[in-house]
Amino acid sequence: MTMASAFEYAPAPESRAVVDIAPSYGLFIDGEFTEAADGKVFKTVSPSSEEVLSEVARAGAADVDRAVKAARKAFEKWSALPGSERAKYLFRIARIIQERSRELAVLETLDNGKPIKETRDADLPLVAAHFFYYAGWADKLDHAGYGANPRPLGVAGQVIPWNFPLLMLAWKIAPALATGNTVVLKPAETTPLSALFFADICRRAGLPKGVVNILTGYGDAGEALVTHPDVNKVAFTGSTAVGKAIARSVAGTDKKVTLELGGKGANIVFDDAPIDQAVEGIVTGIFFNQGQVCCAGSRLLVQESVQDEVLDALKRRLSTLRLGDPLDKNTDIGAINSAEQLARITALVETGEAEGAERWSAPCELPSSGYWFAPTLFTNVTQAHTVARDEIFGPVLSVLSFRTPDEAVAKANNSQYGLSAGIWTEKGSRILAVANKLRAGVVWANTFNKFDPTSPFGGYKESGFGREGGRHGLEAYLDV
Amino acid sequence: MSEQNRLSVYKTYKLYVGGKFPRSESGRVYEVTDSKGQWLANAPKSSRKDARDAVVAARKAFGGWSGATAYNRGQVLYRVAEMLEGRKDQFVREVAASEGLSKSKAAAVVDAAIDRWVWYAGWTDKIGQIAGGANPVAGPYLNLSTPEPTGVVAVLAPQKSSFLGLVSVIAPVIATGNTAVVIASADAPLPALSLGEVLATSDVPGGVVNILSGATAELAAPLAAHQDVNAIDLTGADTALAKELEIAAADNLKRVLRPQPVDADGTSDSEDWPASPGTHRLTAFLETKTVWHPTGALGAAGSSY
Repeated sequence: MTMASAFEYAPAPESRAVVDIAPSYGLFIDGEFTEAADGKVFKTVSPSSEEVLSEVARAGAADVDRAVKAARKAFEKWSALPGSERAKYLFRIARIIQERSRELAVLETLDNGKPIKETRDADLPLVAAHFFYYAGWADKLDHAGYGANPRPLGVAGQVIPWNFPLLMLAWKIAPALATGNTVVLKPAETTPLSALFFADICRRAGLPKGVVNILTGYGDAGEALVTHPDVNKVAFTGSTAVGKAIARSVAGTDKKVTLELGGKGANIVFDDAPIDQAVEGIVTGIFFNQGQVCCAGSRLLVQESVQDEVLDALKRRLSTLRLGDPLDKNTDIGAINSAEQLARITALVETGEAEGAERWSAPCELPSSGYWFAPTLFTNVTQAHTVARDEIFGPVLSVLSFRTPDEAVAKANNSQYGLSAGIWTEKGSRILAVANKLRAGVVWANTFNKFDPTSPFGGYKESGFGREGGRHGLEAYLDV
Repeated sequence: MSEQNRLSVYKTYKLYVGGKFPRSESGRVYEVTDSKGQWLANAPKSSRKDARDAVVAARKAFGGWSGATAYNRGQVLYRVAEMLEGRKDQFVREVAASEGLSKSKAAAVVDAAIDRWVWYAGWTDKIGQIAGGANPVAGPYLNLSTPEPTGVVAVLAPQKSSFLGLVSVIAPVIATGNTAVVIASADAPLPALSLGEVLATSDVPGGVVNILSGATAELAAPLAAHQDVNAIDLTGADTALAKELEIAAADNLKRVLRPQPVDADGTSDSEDWPASPGTHRLTAFLETKTVWHPTGALGAAGSSY
């Protein structure tokens, strides 16, 4: 700890002045910002300070209907445009996002609570890259492997989560527009702002009215959207419970559905792994974005012979993580997104302790206002423990051990989920053999939490179905 | 003794589960008739327990079958076509009786079904190249997407096309390494039950395909709700049943292949079985796994290899 104090950092906050947040925002329907039909609004707060950032319109069923009608109307012309024209709109959007990247990064950090380091270096570059990538597909769909002239589905109803607000928007909107669909998108109620800024970007890009509609609101608006009879495609990223409800609600319809749901990713560390690199990977795996990541490596499976060494190094590393002001460029751990999420994490951690797992939390001071949770890990965890089974969606790592590769694979696969996994070993053949046996949609070998627009992402089992990203991601928006 | 006077030997049709030929554990049978209502045979009326047993058998077979090389699966499927060819007369008879077709029309259907096995046999070692590949990520990684089988697939075979339709829904499921629990056409199950005998002698490991006869809705309900079934093909379900099953299937987020809407008069399957099938029945029961490998940079400044 004396070492830590010798390396105290001076505050290095990113300037808030680059972003101008209006006191209120409307819904974005048919190219115009408009109030909700019933005039309802809600406040969005900064989770790191609880300061109210803005007041936004709260969409209801009537607004959903209006937005779907606008999207339907726009569909005819948009889908009939030559792909090369659609491509240019998307390239424009990608470029404007790059130009306004710093502003959007600060906005996202304010509304979400995640560190500026992440929004600046991960979220925003990936958002722009995603639009750039799918822009190029718009006039090449004949060559995508789905037959000649594959057709769009129509109106896409898209509901996205709060953990990567703008990135999830990009994952949804870019492939939908490239393939000729029009969209109605509902951002999460705790992070509505970046989607509204995106609406402004659509206007700047000259995107035809009604092609993109943004409805801020709560779960009721999301439900009205995915169950709307004139929606042809449902894309949802969020909890497995809601995903199952959506899967039930579309039964018997022609709606095409993709679901990207929860996870309980296993990060497997073998005894021959480079321990220092593995520790960095474990930290990235579960503490990136405060662990509020569906593909987080929330279960550490460590080979028994190196367990003590790994845990000692891990605790030492966690003690150096800097938790605090998300706008500070040195901050590693930002705020939890909402009071509700903090309560959920807290309750699950209490369950972990009550069930007999051993808790260790990094010794760090938590700010007095806002929603915070110290990086935490559990040892003495069995596969039956709640903290080894349920998705916590917070900065909480459950540590289990194994002796043989077979045992590691069996434990990794012992989950209702199958979204992600990590493998740490110096032995190439072991990477390939273990990766082959893992029932997970994304496997990171000697790395973790890497994303790219060309790389398909999505789960096995109850982590959902369908893929986003890459050539595979086109299928979700084509009538094939 | 002249041909006319010889008393023929009736065949007892049995289920095909785990590579064996059990009767229904319930002891029930039902009468199967031809298109004119003449009695053909008694088929086992499978129970929920039979369905659950079939899932256990399919799960047990999944590791070996999905782990077999694509080349090996292709050879095994081709062997099925060879065996079918040798028993063509029997299938022509059964299809003619089940579907009310003339002998020549039934023969054309059986020929098409055998050719369909051959078509899918050839896909086993090609689908991975069509559906997977390397992705050019912006970083020092080899990023590879590979299709993998979803797992245990419940298959509701088409109700009308008792053999070509049946083959067209089973072959793509197992070609990619899945294992199947198949509910045969309720009114025309005999070709399906006979197919089990062919599979049993074609190097297809026991449990890879399990065939049940009986009431479709009664058997489909426990399969759609089963927590160890990964996907369901609703081809043989009518609109109302398909909706009900899709709701049940959501409980563990099974992959669902919806049926084409049934013809208004209900006399034929709405799918065009003789048409070239494309790949969608193969890809419907595949998962995409994407693996990231760091590549390093040999000899470059700051190399970390």
